[in-house]
Amino acid sequence: MTGPILVALLGHWRRNPLQLFTLLAGLALGTALWSGVQAINAEARASYDAAEATLGEGLFPQIVAGDGGSIPLATYVALRRAGWNVSPVIEGNLGPVRVVGVDPLTAPKGIGPVAVEGADLGAFLTGAGQIFAREEVLATLPDTGAALVITPAAAPNTALMDIGLADRLLGRQGRIDRLIVAQIQPSTRRPLAEVAPGLVQSAPQGDSNVARLTESFHLNLTAFGLLAFVVGLFIVHGAIGLAFEQRRPMVRTLRALGVPLGRLILLMALELAVLGLSAGLVGVALGYVVAAALLPDVAATLGGLYGADISGELTLRASWWLSGLAIALGGTGVAAAGSLLSLSRMPLLASAQPRAWVMARQGAGLAVLSLGLLVLSGGLAVWGHGLMVGFAMLGTLLVGGALALPPLLTLVLRLAEGRARDPVAQWFWADTRQQVPALSLALMALLLAMTANVGVSTMVSSFRLTFTGFLDQRLASELYVSARDAEQAAAIVAVAEPRTNAVLPILSVEAQVAGHPVEIYGARDHATYRDNWQLLRAAPGVWDALARGEGVLVNEQLYRRAGRDLGTAVRVAPGLDLPVLGIFGDYGNPVGQVIVNEAVFARQFPDVRALRFGLRLDPAAVDALRQTLRDQAGVADSAMVDQAAIKALSLSVFDRTFTVTTALNILTLAVAGFAMLMSLLTLAAMRLPQVAPVWALGLPRTRLAALDLLRAVVLAALTGALALPLGLGLAWALLAVVNVEAFGWRLPLYLFPMEYLRLGALALLAAVLAALWPAWRLSRMPPAQLLGVFRHER
Amino acid sequence: MLLSLRDVTKTYPGAEVSVLQRISLDLESGEMLALTGESGSGKSTLLHLMGGLDTADRGVVALDGVDLTPLDDKGRAALRRGTVGVVFQQFNLIPSLTVGANIAFQARLAGRHDPDRVQRLAQRLGLGDHLAKYPEQLSGGQQQRVAIARTLAPQPRLVLADEPTGNLDEATADTVFALMCELVAETGAGLILVTHSERLATRLGRRLHLRAGQLT
Ligand SMILES: Nc1ncnc2c1ncn2[C@@H]1O[C@H](COP(=O)(O)OP(=O)(O)OP(=O)(O)O)[C@@H](O)[C@H]1O
Ligand SMILES: [Mg+2]
Repeated sequence: MTGPILVALLGHWRRNPLQLFTLLAGLALGTALWSGVQAINAEARASYDAAEATLGEGLFPQIVAGDGGSIPLATYVALRRAGWNVSPVIEGNLGPVRVVGVDPLTAPKGIGPVAVEGADLGAFLTGAGQIFAREEVLATLPDTGAALVITPAAAPNTALMDIGLADRLLGRQGRIDRLIVAQIQPSTRRPLAEVAPGLVQSAPQGDSNVARLTESFHLNLTAFGLLAFVVGLFIVHGAIGLAFEQRRPMVRTLRALGVPLGRLILLMALELAVLGLSAGLVGVALGYVVAAALLPDVAATLGGLYGADISGELTLRASWWLSGLAIALGGTGVAAAGSLLSLSRMPLLASAQPRAWVMARQGAGLAVLSLGLLVLSGGLAVWGHGLMVGFAMLGTLLVGGALALPPLLTLVLRLAEGRARDPVAQWFWADTRQQVPALSLALMALLLAMTANVGVSTMVSSFRLTFTGFLDQRLASELYVSARDAEQAAAIVAVAEPRTNAVLPILSVEAQVAGHPVEIYGARDHATYRDNWQLLRAAPGVWDALARGEGVLVNEQLYRRAGRDLGTAVRVAPGLDLPVLGIFGDYGNPVGQVIVNEAVFARQFPDVRALRFGLRLDPAAVDALRQTLRDQAGVADSAMVDQAAIKALSLSVFDRTFTVTTALNILTLAVAGFAMLMSLLTLAAMRLPQVAPVWALGLPRTRLAALDLLRAVVLAALTGALALPLGLGLAWALLAVVNVEAFGWRLPLYLFPMEYLRLGALALLAAVLAALWPAWRLSRMPPAQLLGVFRHER
Repeated sequence: MLLSLRDVTKTYPGAEVSVLQRISLDLESGEMLALTGESGSGKSTLLHLMGGLDTADRGVVALDGVDLTPLDDKGRAALRRGTVGVVFQQFNLIPSLTVGANIAFQARLAGRHDPDRVQRLAQRLGLGDHLAKYPEQLSGGQQQRVAIARTLAPQPRLVLADEPTGNLDEATADTVFALMCELVAETGAGLILVTHSERLATRLGRRLHLRAGQLT
């Protein structure tokens, strides 16, 4: 019996290749969207992990010099003699490549070549040595005589070697940058302060700095991936639902002929599994192409924004493509479950057409469900805490919003129908309303795509606006100069003082406030700060009070993490507690900051000398001053950064970010548009019984086709009208909830009406493009085909 | 002359013989004609040509002395809106509109909507209680009566009915048929009715039989 059933089931696809294509394409595109974003995320994360393993920053405590300088070899030796189980590291740049030198004999497991498989310790240590790096990194290294070992698992843009070789290449003459502290230490060792008073030990950071800084970007990508997934799921759901709807009459006939329901459902499930698997494979391949195309831009963004090294090349990870396939199969399963269920409940004798009034009843159920989800989302926003709650809120908001679409559309269309006077208009609205159930999944996908567009572009643009504004206040000085040592610092001040309006020393130490790592800055009382800094919140007369040393400013991160609101005390140093006078925005900074007056700073940290300076001067004179500093104080070019260059750099970084998000936006929109095309095409065949009578009653085909186009525009416009508030809700959730929970700072939400208009126009365009072909086919449909509706028993 | 056909020939693409071969026919206003013929003989095809739903390969189809052949899609659509009314065997109604809206639809398209007339027609056809329902909630006979009401609401000059009672049991068929003839007679329109039923065919003033592409 199975044979003939299969022949009948598969015969449907042979007779309707277009439907088969739309089903496969829907599945493949949904999978591609999801796995593309995932691939980018996975690649970037893998790059950090490699960096972390090489550098050990995140895993082990470190010992560094308190003044930020290097550690003499003798100090290291003294520490080891005193019982400390530490391992030295040298870092530096050789051209564009980051050179890391480690000592494999003392390094804890999991670091450096100990982690590199097949490393030959002897060769690594002796003779000309070995250098481990990725192939492209090795190619850029100058010839050192050392053997080059291609190591694909190495961190990007990093060359790993023995500390001796690194010392020779970087010309360090025995000076060490930092010491890795192994987990297990003898209890008999003498205290650090006693052996090496100038050194400080820092706790392991859990994540590397870079990883933490880039979390924000990845969180956004993850949110985007989630959105892409939901859009994809809706598309898959739509494709599967249509595939079932189209075969209802045939299923009914088969059952009437005596095919058992269980057998039929089993065979259809099997058939779908095969289809889902093949479409998933295509989707994963497509996702790979998308990711490979976008990855260089993502890598450049992260590199520019946070100095993170990301390989621009994509590797095919099993976990990734397997998860892509799982999504395709799972999505197919979820989508098919409902259809199979309704098929099993389908009465043997009933109209084969989706029935308008039954659909209306289902609409009421949807409205209740969606309302429930939206209320839940609102409740989570008001009363919830934590990152997971933030994401749950996002999810309920999106799904609730999407489910609200069909009932809302039905409502609006019913209103329009009621107000229509012209019979054609009345039919148009009624007919449009009747199509809502069949189109709803495609429209929901469009809604989510537009929501993602509005939300993500609002977020990125708000970020850009806030960040550039923030750079304007934080980078008020026209030129920033770093000195090698105190001697050069004095020379810089001497050269700069007569040639500038102000020389502002930048003094800082690392400390802890209530267990949180912070940087304490000493600021001179100067108009630069008073005029440019905009505080999120401030006590009255904040700058005067700060100048008198009566309080501190803290950044938003510290305010949120350690609960240091206005008026609460901050322990700047033992015995010195000062109240918070103001809170400033400090976007992208992972650690807390405390700003005190210069005099207070000098009293508390008399040993700290300013090695960095902000110089205020006429922007036109910046180049001349750079020249003078180079000539008279011996400042290297790389130690001078002018404000314009930094701003230009960060703007270009943002433009990269825009390229990525714009590309993803357009991609989602295009996929949603394609989903709509598929639905319209399949619908076109099922719709003939609705169109044919109207045509027979005297509406020309061209008019009907024009109405079909108009319908697509109307539906897209209504969908867009809902997508706007939903997208803004999404942006708000990302900026004000998820961001705060994840990073401790809140970004203000800005509105970009022109951007929304552009997006709206794009969505309308996508809808019109999707409707164009079906409409054209309708305008060309031979009368005989339309008449067939009346002629044949169907 | 309301309707006149001269030497009308129609061949479906790919078919070896013509469905209709040089058919000629005249119909006056108020005249009622039954068209019979075996299944597949081309009755529906002929009816569609007369209603401007399809075009003949050769010959002239004229309504009120106006030749339909040179008309384009729009012109023929206008004709269907205003002059001709067609009742099909099934799938007549617009599923998205209520029964009331369906009945009024064509009259409103033609710009001849008269709510009173719609009400009267609905009452006469026994549809008074069903105006707010959707077509799929009606029985086959009720649906057919809605289609008849819709066709007659704008008072077309020519009514073409393609087996309007083919799906109904005998008793219901008789009632629907009688009502239709009565209502058409009131408007003074011409009627061409395709039917398989000898019984019904003999009740009309004039009858023609279609065989091998020819009228006899
Ligand atoms: N669209 C079409 N394409 C090709 N051939 C067609 C088409 N429509 C009808 N035919 C053929 O033309 C012939 C006449 O069809 P038509 O529907 O006019 O017959 P009929 O007399 O109305 O039959 P019935 O009594 O069964 O309704 C049939 O042989 C049919 O197969
Ligand atoms: Mg017929």
